[in-house]
Amino acid sequence: MSSDVAIEAIGLRKSFGKVLALDGVDLRVPPGTILGLLGPNGAGKTTAVRIFSTLLEPDEGTARVAGLDVVSEAAKLRSRIGLAGQYAAVDENLTGAENLEMVGRLYHLPRGEPRKRAAELLERFDLTLAAERLVRTYSGGMRRRLDLAAALVAHPPVLFLDEPTTGLDPRSRIALWETIEARTAEGTTVLLTTQYLDEADRLADRIAVIDRGRVIAEGTADELKDEVGGERLEVTLESDDHAGAAIAALEPICAERPELVDRVLKMAVQRRHGAIAEAVRRLDRVGVGIEDIALQRPTLDDVFLAITGHAAEEDEPEGKEAA
Amino acid sequence: MTSLRNNLSDTLVLAKRSLLRIPRAPDLVIGFTIQPIMFILLFVYVLGGAISTPGFDYVDFLMPGIIAQTMAFGGFVTALGLSEDLKKGLVDRFRSLPMSRSAVLAGRTLADVSTNLVSIGIMLSVGLIAGFSFGTPFPNVLAGIGLLILFGYSFSWVFALVGLSSSSPEASQAIGFTLIFPLTFISSAFVPVDSMPSVLQTFAEVNPFTTVVDAVRALFLGTPAGNDIWAAVLWSLGIAVVFFFLSVTRYKRAIST
Repeated sequence: MSSDVAIEAIGLRKSFGKVLALDGVDLRVPPGTILGLLGPNGAGKTTAVRIFSTLLEPDEGTARVAGLDVVSEAAKLRSRIGLAGQYAAVDENLTGAENLEMVGRLYHLPRGEPRKRAAELLERFDLTLAAERLVRTYSGGMRRRLDLAAALVAHPPVLFLDEPTTGLDPRSRIALWETIEARTAEGTTVLLTTQYLDEADRLADRIAVIDRGRVIAEGTADELKDEVGGERLEVTLESDDHAGAAIAALEPICAERPELVDRVLKMAVQRRHGAIAEAVRRLDRVGVGIEDIALQRPTLDDVFLAITGHAAEEDEPEGKEAA
Repeated sequence: MTSLRNNLSDTLVLAKRSLLRIPRAPDLVIGFTIQPIMFILLFVYVLGGAISTPGFDYVDFLMPGIIAQTMAFGGFVTALGLSEDLKKGLVDRFRSLPMSRSAVLAGRTLADVSTNLVSIGIMLSVGLIAGFSFGTPFPNVLAGIGLLILFGYSFSWVFALVGLSSSSPEASQAIGFTLIFPLTFISSAFVPVDSMPSVLQTFAEVNPFTTVVDAVRALFLGTPAGNDIWAAVLWSLGIAVVFFFLSVTRYKRAIST
């Protein structure tokens, strides 16, 4: 049992009938960090989370969470994890407070503790006013918040969040991000799946890109972006009449021929340093007016496209992953 | 010891959850209150006149049978509840918690016992108004009620398996009714078995339902019991044990879809 790894997977494989959901997944998550598992629908994210949270057994490979094997030590492990799945898994016919107290009792927290923690969490998730209302009167966002609160009741050292912000409005989304960040600041390890690149970018210390059951890239957001290529210069021209002259003027400092989209010239530059000043001088010399000029880092979207050959948020049928 | 205590406390937490649901979603209440009353009235006043039960008033003949049927169906709340829990992802949550593997099911089936008790109370009251009378001393009546509750509990475990195995709450209800309706009607519950064609008579005679209904008749009306009472207890325990293991096994692998 190594204390420098909170979640570890080695060679995880899982298939459902003929559908191969995980095809040899390796992952390591250090304690107190957030790993973003990023991938399209059907990539195997949910299957991975279900194996880590003891709901499914892998066909091959091993996984350890908080130092415990997910198969042979599943019973012991369950008191150290919190899970918020893709559904808001809360009882509609209980109140918000009753839901959290029930989960606290099922974690076998000491007497009095479930009620206390329920009140704290309802407060933190802005649900105090709705605490005594039946959950079936809650909005979708309120249910998701309650669901996440339920995952936090036992203060588990490891949290699994399966697409926690899907279907949330922007305000709740940010509130949820802040809560997750606060937990990791206290030492909680989080594995979070998402199809949203901005979410992974904002929250995750490291990102593992998963596609068709395999981890195809792993690193910090910056490392992944660097892998795709350096910065790109974007110049917005005042008018595209001068596009030809502008391209001719900029070509010597570019790694490739600039590309014109509407009035925006996009190009990979040879050297980042001084690129903007050099471009402005050159354009000024040939009398081309510019409206805007900037160096752009590649987005995770570009990363995703470059390594998988398809965009991240395309809608594929969920397939057997959820079955 | 700790694990036994946790097991019991988990079960009670979940039984409470199931019971809290009843006043909050009162549409379910119809299933175990109004519906049995309706059946008693239909059988006594609409069909009863055409059914000949030599040696009995029809209402006396009917009550043990119709209560046994209601007990068998009482578990439908368990089937509905479990398939809803599956659909809504609650089973995933419960399975990720450090709780007993049987508590979700045991909590629900335990809650059925209390709704079944309510049903029995209502049905006996309506029956007494419609002319039913006990022909045995009070302890026998109590034993009969106990047997009915035990029998209902065993069917709750059948419904637990149905709920975990069906794709939706609607499907679980359809499967439950299709399984249990023939079982209750091809028995001694509503008509004397010797009035049926011989093939059905054979089925009815080995049907545990007939055994249970005959046992309750013996305890309520004083008809000769033979081995019926012990056989009924054994059937109930057997069904409960078999379906307990089948449904817990199923639960351990259940995943919300």
